[in-house]
Order: sequence, then C-alpha cells, then structure tokens
Amino acid sequence: MKPPQLADRLLKLFCAPNRLEEIQGDLHEEFAYQVRRVGERRAKWRYWWDVLGFIKPFAIKKDYSTTQLTNPIMLRNHFKIAWRNLIKNKGYSTINISGLSVGMAVAILIGLWIYDELSFDTYHQNHDRIAQVLENQTLEQGIETYGALPFPLSRELRTNYPDDFKSVVAYSWAEQILAFQDRKFTRGGSFAEPEFPEMMTLKMRSGTRLGLKDPASILLSESTAKALFGDTDPLHKTIKVGNKYTVQVTGVYEDLPHNTLLKGLGFVAPIELIFSDDTDHSYMNNWGSSSFEIFAQLNPNSRFDDVSRKIKDVFRHHTESKSQPALFLHPMSRWHLYSEFKNGVSTGGRIQFVWLFGLIGVFVLLLACINFMNLSTARSQKRAKEVGIRKAIGSQRSQIIGQFFSESFLVVALSFVLSFALVQLVLPVFNEVADKQMTMRWSDARFWLLSLGFSLFTGVVAGSYPALYLSSFQAVNVLKGRFAMGRLASIPRQVLVVVQFTVSVTLIIGTLIVFRQIQFAKNRPIGYNREGLINIAMNTPELQGRYDILRNELLATGAVANMAEASSPATNIWSSANNLEWRGKNPNQTSAFGTICVTPEFGDVVGWKIKEGREFSRQFPTDSMTFVLNEAAVKQTGLKKPVGETIRWHGQNWKIIGVVKDMVMKSPFDPVVPTVFMMNTHERTLNSIHIKLNPALSAGMALEKLETVFKKINPDAPFEYKFAHQEFAAKFAAEERIGKLAGFFAGLAIFISCLGIFGLASFMAEQRTKEIGVRKVLGASVANLWVLLSKDFVVLVIISCLISAPISYGFLEEWLQKYEYRTEISWWIFVAAGFGALLITLLTVSFQSIKAALMNPVKSLKSE
Amino acid sequence: MKRAFLGEFEEVVLLTVAVLDESAYGVTVTQEIEQKTGRAVGFSTVHTTLQRLEEKGYLSSKMSGATAERGGRRKRFFSVTAAGRKALVDVKSIREQLWDALPPQTLQLMGG
Repeated sequence: MKPPQLADRLLKLFCAPNRLEEIQGDLHEEFAYQVRRVGERRAKWRYWWDVLGFIKPFAIKKDYSTTQLTNPIMLRNHFKIAWRNLIKNKGYSTINISGLSVGMAVAILIGLWIYDELSFDTYHQNHDRIAQVLENQTLEQGIETYGALPFPLSRELRTNYPDDFKSVVAYSWAEQILAFQDRKFTRGGSFAEPEFPEMMTLKMRSGTRLGLKDPASILLSESTAKALFGDTDPLHKTIKVGNKYTVQVTGVYEDLPHNTLLKGLGFVAPIELIFSDDTDHSYMNNWGSSSFEIFAQLNPNSRFDDVSRKIKDVFRHHTESKSQPALFLHPMSRWHLYSEFKNGVSTGGRIQFVWLFGLIGVFVLLLACINFMNLSTARSQKRAKEVGIRKAIGSQRSQIIGQFFSESFLVVALSFVLSFALVQLVLPVFNEVADKQMTMRWSDARFWLLSLGFSLFTGVVAGSYPALYLSSFQAVNVLKGRFAMGRLASIPRQVLVVVQFTVSVTLIIGTLIVFRQIQFAKNRPIGYNREGLINIAMNTPELQGRYDILRNELLATGAVANMAEASSPATNIWSSANNLEWRGKNPNQTSAFGTICVTPEFGDVVGWKIKEGREFSRQFPTDSMTFVLNEAAVKQTGLKKPVGETIRWHGQNWKIIGVVKDMVMKSPFDPVVPTVFMMNTHERTLNSIHIKLNPALSAGMALEKLETVFKKINPDAPFEYKFAHQEFAAKFAAEERIGKLAGFFAGLAIFISCLGIFGLASFMAEQRTKEIGVRKVLGASVANLWVLLSKDFVVLVIISCLISAPISYGFLEEWLQKYEYRTEISWWIFVAAGFGALLITLLTVSFQSIKAALMNPVKSLKSE
Repeated sequence: MKRAFLGEFEEVVLLTVAVLDESAYGVTVTQEIEQKTGRAVGFSTVHTTLQRLEEKGYLSSKMSGATAERGGRRKRFFSVTAAGRKALVDVKSIREQLWDALPPQTLQLMGG
C-alpha cells in the first residue's frame, strides 16, 4: 500500500527541503492509518488533499534554499568579483570596453540612420493615403517611368474619379526670386493647386491652408518669412515672385523637416500664376506638354492597386503618342526608399542601403562581441583554477554561469554608457557625411527599449561563450593540474578571428571599389571644357530677349571670353522629345531624345568638338530649322551619313547640319543621352546663360565685373551663378556619401578587429614567456621569435582574405550592375586589400611579439 | 504587561502538545484534535501552526523515532517550552478572571 507517487513528487517540488522529511513521514504515517480506517481509495484522496494543503507560501522553497541565482547577496558578490577582475586586468578591460563601446556606438548610429530613413515622409498626416501619379512609357530602350505629366490630367482625374480621390493636385517645383522691398532671395518652392497644403497637412503658423484659393496669394515657410520680413508680421504683405507676379502672403507654415521629400519647400504659390499669360487657356489644356508632378490623396475606402488599375489608360486616351503611357500610383510610403524603376517595375532604391548598413551595423557589433568572447576564453586558463575552487566549495554550474554573465553585463553596461558619449561626439560629423539631421531620441520610449534590448542581447552574446564554456570545467581535473586546453581549444577562437577579418577585409574591398567607381566616372572624358564655365539662371523677365545687350556689356568688361544662352545648364538636360521621325525609322517605335536650344556661340563657350559637318552660324538664316546631333543620337537613329538628312518634328523638316562628340551632361554613371541641339527658340525657351570666363583674370575679379553688369541689366535679382565643375562634382554626392560611410565603417571594423588580435597576441606572448626564455637561451634570434609569434595570426588573416574575396566580389558585382558606366573589379584590388589587412595585422601583432622576444630570458626564467 | 498573544487554534494546538506530553508530533496532534474536538483539521494547517508556535518560542522540537510505516523518515517531536507554559497559564487565568466576573444569573442561564 503506497501513497500516490505523483503527489509525493509534487510535495518534493514545493516543500522546503529542511521540512520535507518530517512532513513526508507524517503524511505517509497518516496515509497508513487512513487506509486502515476508511480504505485505500479515500485515503488516497485524503493524501492528495493534504499534499495540496502544503502548497502554500509558507512551505514553498524560499529562505531555506541555498541555490538561488537571484539571491541579492550573491548577485552583489558577482558584481564585486566582476569589478575586481576588471580593475585587475586593466589592459584587457580597456580593449574589451573600448571595442564594445565603439561597436555599440556604430550600431546606435546605424540604428538612428535606419530609423530616419524608415520614417521618411511620415511628417505628413495622410502619408499612408497619398500617392504620386507616374507613367510608364514603352520606348525603344524598354519601359521608362516618368513623373512629369500634363496639367489637364490633374483635373481629369479629379472629376472622373471623385469616389477614389479625396483630392488631386498638380505641382511644379521652381526656384524663384522672392522680393520684399529691398530684400531679395532665391528660394526653392512650388506652384501648386489650392488643395496642396491640406493634402500635405502643412502646419500653419499663421493664416490658413486655404490661402491659395486666391490666385494672387502665396504661402511662405517659416524660414523664408523670417528672411524676408524679419520679426514683423508677414500676413497680408505684398511680395514679388520672379520679379513678375505680385502676390499677397496669406499664410506661413512650419518648415518641413529634413526627412521629407519636400524639405526646403520655401514657398507655395497658386499654379494659376504660371498660366497668367495664358489668356485663351491653350496652355492650361495642353495635353502635349508634360511638366507637372501630380499628387493624389485617396479616400479611405480606396486601395492604391485598384485605383492604379482604374486610371491606367486615362492619359493614353488624350495623347497620340505611340509610347502607350500607362498611369499608376506610387504611394508616399515608397517615395523615398523605393524610388527606382526598371522596365516599369519598382526595383528598390535606397532600401538596399538600409539593408546594407543594417547588415554592417550587426557585423560591427558582432566583431566587438567576438573580441570579448575571444579574450575571455583565451584567459580562461588563468581562471580555470578559480572555477575549480568555486566548484569544490560548492558552487553549482548555474552560479558560475551567473558569475561570468554578470562580468559580461558589467562590461556591456560600461560600454553602453561610453557608447552614448561616443555617439554624442560623432553625431554632428556623421550627420554631415550622411546628409541627415538626426538627434539622439532621448525622450522616445522605443529608443530606450531598443537600446536596452540590444545591450541585453550584446551581454548575452558576448558573455555566453565564456559563461557556458568556462563553467563546464571539471573541478577535479582543473585542481589536479590535469587540465590542458589542448589544440582543439583554440579552434573556436581562430574561427572567430577569421570571421572578424573576413568582415573587415570585405568592407575594405567594398570601400576600395566604391571609390574606384567614383574615380572612374570622374575620369570619364566629358566631351567639353568645364574650365571657368559658369551658368546663370535667367529668372526674371529683364534677362529674356536682351541677348545682344547683355552679350556686348559682358564682353566689354574683358572678364568674359565668350557667352551664350541655352535651354539647359551645361550639367543637365531639361527637356526631351520622343516624337522625332527620320528616314528608315521603325514606325512602331518611339525613341526619346534630349532637346536643347542654344545660341550659335554655345559650341565655343562649352568647347564641344565637331565630328562631322559644321555648327550653328548666324550667317545662314536657314539654321533656325536645323539640328546638330550628338554621337549617341546618331547611333540611336541608325543613320549612316547623318549630315544632310532631314528629321521630321512637330510637322516640320529639320536638316541635320552637324554631329558633335558626346558630352556628359547628365549622370556621369549613365550612357550619354542622345541629344539634338537647335537654334529655334519657338520650340524651347532659353533660360540659362553660359559664360566662359577670361582665363587671364582670376575668377574672383572676373565675377566682380560680371556682377556690376548684371546689377545694371537685371537690378531686381540677386547675382547668383554656378560653376559647371561644382555642379558636375555634385553629381557624385550620393556615391561619395556611400564611399565615405563604407570607409568609416571599414575603418572601425579594422580597428575593432585589431584591438582583438592585439589582446590575443599579448596574451599569447604572456603565455609563452617561459618558452621564449628557453628558446632565447638556446640561441633563437629576435627575428626567429617574431616569426614564431606572428605566424599564427598571419595564417588566419590569409584565410580571411581568401574567404572574403568571393563574398565581396558577389556583392560588388551586383552593386556595379546598377551603373551603365562602371569600373572593372580587377584582381589587384583584392590583393591590395589583403596586403593591407596583413600589414595592419603584422604591425599590431609585432608590437607584442617583438616586446616578448626582446625580454631578458634571465628575468622570465628565474621567476617561478 | 506584555502578554502572549495566542490565536484560538494556536491555543488548541499548544494545549494538545502539552496533553500528549512526550509523544506530540504532526500525526498525533492532528488525530488528538480531531478526536477531542470532533472537528476536521487540515494536516497542513496543523503543521503550519506547529511551525509558527516554534518560531514564537512556545515549542521546541527534535527529530527522532523513524518507523517503517514512515519509509524510514524521522518524526519531529514537539515539547512545550517554559514560555509556552507561561502563555497557556496566562490564557487560562484571563479566561478564569472573565468567568469569575460573570453575573450569577447569567451563569445560571448558561447552565453552569
């Protein structure tokens, strides 16, 4: 007759151990008695009942237990020991803490960067319901995606789909001179339909969002208003825009933050202003000119996909173009991160960098964790005795694990504090490089949660290996001195070093390739001469149509070698056409050409090279109906002898009189845009003045003379100019930013990895002090010892290089695919990166190994 | 005067231990209370009370007397300490004072 075993086990689980014996004894005795009295079945019930009665707080294991991890006294002891260990090994502690804090600082920076990228455009309250209307055109080159659309489309969408769209606005970005009395500034801003402020939920400081209803009104951003009016109230003041339109300020809105696509929106003016000369509404109803962006806000019940399908053919019905424009909606949440399209399909964009930098952040943090793990395990031999004694005294494994974890958490906590200081220090520089305005989000609960979460993660990752590994030592073996790490013990450590260097070398190779690509594009022959070439926007009516006066005045100063006007600056092409027809053209296909209107002096000013035929001349009045093509355009038409051919465009015949060598006017990474040049100002307006400065004068002096001329002819505009070479350099900004960031992270990765091997090397040297002493006594030279101590690390680094080469090749090959004009990934880059890593490693290790090799053997051998 | 504070059940348990003299442990105390008072007493309640009384210093205990029925486990025998005895006497004298103070007719009504 036995009491129920399950109940017994339950009792054992809950009962305080020091009382278990008597209670269980009593229960058993009572059970035997009850069996005799009421029978087995009821005795069992009673037994269960009694056991359950003991599951009460008083009997539950508490103060009596000696194996609690959460015992506050023991915890305090853990941290005390951890702290003493840190103080005792100052060198290792420094390496650990500095490595970890740098790793964490990088992770925090990257975290902030990713947060900033992901939070783009969320400033607008309706950000999840706003989309831009884009069109896909089927061209000879494939499907191209454009954002520029004709103005009447906005109205068409608004009136035909009132159920789907809450509002639709046409929008056009423009740089305009804003003038109030004698204050004049050029500001970027927009002309938009009146619902725009409401759609983008601009935060009004004064006035209302409805301020644009009146066609002679304007909304200003806070900073623009401040610049124009200082501290006086801007409302109802009258200002001039572009020295042409007189408008009244009807509202001031808060500046848009840095992480919006509309940042720097200095003013919003009614779109009617643009059409104020257009009395017969022919321009307003023109479906042929695509120069507006169209934003739409959906009603709550409509979905982007459905509406995209509905509006697909709206534009197509209004155009004769063979390019079959298909409209679709590009949601605001994807504007920033998914801005690239290829063949009409979204192919990502900056989201790739979010992933890339996220990955780098994780890896850099991992490198720092690896340092911690490596140094702890390497020093484990020293602490093996400690573990042995602890175990012999009665520590349980869980306590030793707790001990090592509290050490790692202490280090992590110190690094965490230090990393905050580092981030605070580096943030301004980082912001500048990354072109951001990020701040530490001190008041954001999510930030703290994430930070704590990730330090916990770091603590666990960094501490897990030593904690689990060291605690597994057998006390008997360790204390008897039979304990040896053996050859296998160092293998995990070596693997981790290989991981570290693989990551570092990959980052170095990546940085090298990015900079090679930039350099490659910079060295690309651009086909014209940027030297002393400046560009001035024709932003007021005073400059229009006064070419000869301006030209004569400028040449009279002697500061100008030559001057011309064109419809685009030298570093961009602002207009294009896809309705050119020529002999032998496939009638079913359309090809896009850049179109630039120039004055005859343009060729001389930019210094283009005529390949065939001649350039424009004022001596031939017929030249107003001629084209000059660039090589890319000739190639696109497929004409064998282009000079003398005619091209049909806008119902007229245009004769090709010459071919110029390709000029890189748009992205230096893309192939040259097929471009036609013309003199005919009826087709394209001249809006950019090109000036070649006289090389005999210094640029500063020349500009001073220019300014007096412009002040005289165009008194209402500030004198603003752009150097072509600066504009060209700006085209590399995105790539240079990536290069700098990658370089920054690669540098830190190498730094952390080197800290790690520095620590390991010093440990190895310390371990082998006796061996080195004996070797020296027996006649080993310093060089011999240096080789002996450095060899291991060199082998590891070589292995890392071999692993990282294919990995980085794969990544970079994919990255370079994005560029039409790209550098080769040549083998020497891998060799250079490998040698670089090897050199750094040797320098790091040599410091320790030579120090060890120079040691006096008498000293190292006599002490025992 | 600082007096011992005893709950009603504590008093019963303490008295029972005193009654059982040398043979008071969990099982006997429980069974004795059940027989004498006729009320069903939880096993764990008795154990808790015994432990609490020991903590208060009214009982002392020692382990001995393993039997086969108990699977070789020892019993915890309890005995009343001097403080325990004083507490019992205190309680008793308070009761007697109160009884003595009862008016005679009330005493009669109660059948005393």
